[in-house]
Amino acid sequence: MKQKFDIIQSTCVPLPLENVDTDQIIPARFLKATTRDEKFFGDNLFCDWRYKKDGQPNPEFVLNDPRYSGCILVAGKNFGSGSSREHAAWAIAGYGFRVVISSFFADIHRNNELNNFVLPVTVSEKFLSELFDCIKANPKTEVKVDVPAQTVTNLATGASEHFDLNGYKKYCLMNGLDDIDFLLESKNKIEAWEKANA
Amino acid sequence: MNTLFDKIWDRHVVQIVEDGPTQLYIDRLYCHEVTTPQAFDGMRERGIKPLRPAQIVCMPDHNTPTHDQDKPIEDPVSKKQVDTLAANAAEFGLAHYGMMDKRNGIIHVVGPERGLSLPGMTIVCGDSHTSTHGAVGAVAFGIGTSEVEMVMASQCILQQKPKSMRISVEGKLDRGVTAKDVALYIMSKMSTSGATGYFVEYAGSVVRDLSMEGRLTLCNLSIEMGARGGFVAPDEKTFAYLKGREHAPKGADWDKAVAYWKTLRSGDDAVFDREVVYDAADITPVVTYGTNPGMGMGICSTIPALNSVPGSGQASFLRSLNYMGFEPGEKMLGKKVDYVFCGSCTNGRIEDFRAFASIAAGRKKAPGVVCWLVPGSWMVKEQIEKEGLDKVLEAAGFEIRQPGCSACLAMNDDKIPAGCLSVSTSNRNFEGRQGPGARTVLASPLTAAAAAVTGVITDPRTLM
Repeated sequence: MKQKFDIIQSTCVPLPLENVDTDQIIPARFLKATTRDEKFFGDNLFCDWRYKKDGQPNPEFVLNDPRYSGCILVAGKNFGSGSSREHAAWAIAGYGFRVVISSFFADIHRNNELNNFVLPVTVSEKFLSELFDCIKANPKTEVKVDVPAQTVTNLATGASEHFDLNGYKKYCLMNGLDDIDFLLESKNKIEAWEKANA
Repeated sequence: MNTLFDKIWDRHVVQIVEDGPTQLYIDRLYCHEVTTPQAFDGMRERGIKPLRPAQIVCMPDHNTPTHDQDKPIEDPVSKKQVDTLAANAAEFGLAHYGMMDKRNGIIHVVGPERGLSLPGMTIVCGDSHTSTHGAVGAVAFGIGTSEVEMVMASQCILQQKPKSMRISVEGKLDRGVTAKDVALYIMSKMSTSGATGYFVEYAGSVVRDLSMEGRLTLCNLSIEMGARGGFVAPDEKTFAYLKGREHAPKGADWDKAVAYWKTLRSGDDAVFDREVVYDAADITPVVTYGTNPGMGMGICSTIPALNSVPGSGQASFLRSLNYMGFEPGEKMLGKKVDYVFCGSCTNGRIEDFRAFASIAAGRKKAPGVVCWLVPGSWMVKEQIEKEGLDKVLEAAGFEIRQPGCSACLAMNDDKIPAGCLSVSTSNRNFEGRQGPGARTVLASPLTAAAAAVTGVITDPRTLM
């Protein structure tokens, strides 16, 4: 859960599909859990793609391909569209991913990742397609995500890009703080707003 | 600048965090059983109570069965989640409309119909279809569970202010073309990510002419093009809809509220980050052919050819058609249908059942089609009975079930079996959404009814 971010360097797991929705990340039938058991969600990440109907691992799905590993998921554009279920972020975190790289994230899912100390890194289409090519050519391709500098680097080519992260959230991620800690400190401001708008 | 979105958002700003998000005050938090248990756990772990419990309303809807709601839920896991919401609401002192309570139903149907969602409000819920409430002229959006906990703890949320977009639909809709078709049409033009980062104001003569039910359908689907939310500026139709509803202001408070609500419109000089205009004349009944809601087409058209899809999207496009068992260039008309579902927060309101019954009247359900008609709330079910629509539908071989989210996401036992083709009035045709392996075609209640009585995908205009 709460963990501090600095520099992450890792091999990647590629998922070169667009519009991966949160129903695929974690199907609705797993949403009946009443606790935040990240192992349970992580074990069922991409369940219907990852396992065959008989429950055996589907060898064609990337999470079952022994060539690929690492704590960085690289996905096609519009990752995390659809349902607001935070369970999707819990599943990604529970599996062990700390960073998701895509050229475009759906809004709610992006926030959910940040609130669970998974870093969504938005890159250009060009960076993304080159990275997919590099990983395909060499599954041991590494990427470096430098949170303090806000840069992401494809170590196979040296290509590097700046990524967006507001100063507030960057401070939270680097220090392992969440938004509720911040909001609880602002009670006077909340009450002042209520008084002004009564 | 000077958009209605700016007016409502800016009024609710508590503070803007330096180099960070906005702390936004939230008027109303809705809680359902699926996305809240971990938020309540978080509150307990921190040892805190909701700051403004009176502004929070809870109700189960996702897991509720659509039959025998007076008996305990058979699935023990679903039962536990529903019971957990009731226990949490009691522990934290929150309003809770449980199963069999006449106020229960899908949270996005109940909020407006009980007058809990009002113009000018900020409204959130751990559910992406919270955008529905925008139809009353509110800024309403879906959030995650950590954010539910934020709002419980502080009645505030930290958010980046979205950009603003105005989508105008001008002209007049043809007979047989509904709010659902307008929404599916817009999505097919926008794609599922075209409005990401934006809050949408729907405008134009078509939107003004829509009933409140139609506006609720339109706003409901905002998230399916990536928008955080969508709303319609309140007008006389909005006020007439809300007047007298349980939680709407009464007496002098009502007059005062309406006076304020009348100011809730974008200025003539409003500047939007993006403006889009569509022509009603281009919109026919729409069906989807793929596995995201942006993959829609006019019901009489053909599925696009592969070469019409950009290169980076071709793998997803082929995967999608392969899942659906369809070929590029094929027609959708005439495809055999196994299941029909009419309901959900998208199309589970009284007008939707009136539309369905208008096609079913004097006809019979096609043999071999299983049809689930699920009202969005007990209030909708009562209205169906009051208008005698249940009798019309029964005579045609249909049955009205009890309210809940049902087959929209199949968290209860209403699951479409693998491989079966379902014509559904719900909001998502994702792989496995209505049950593992289920194949979903999204459509309006009229198109769903046409499929239910013919057993194949049928243009409803031929039955009107």
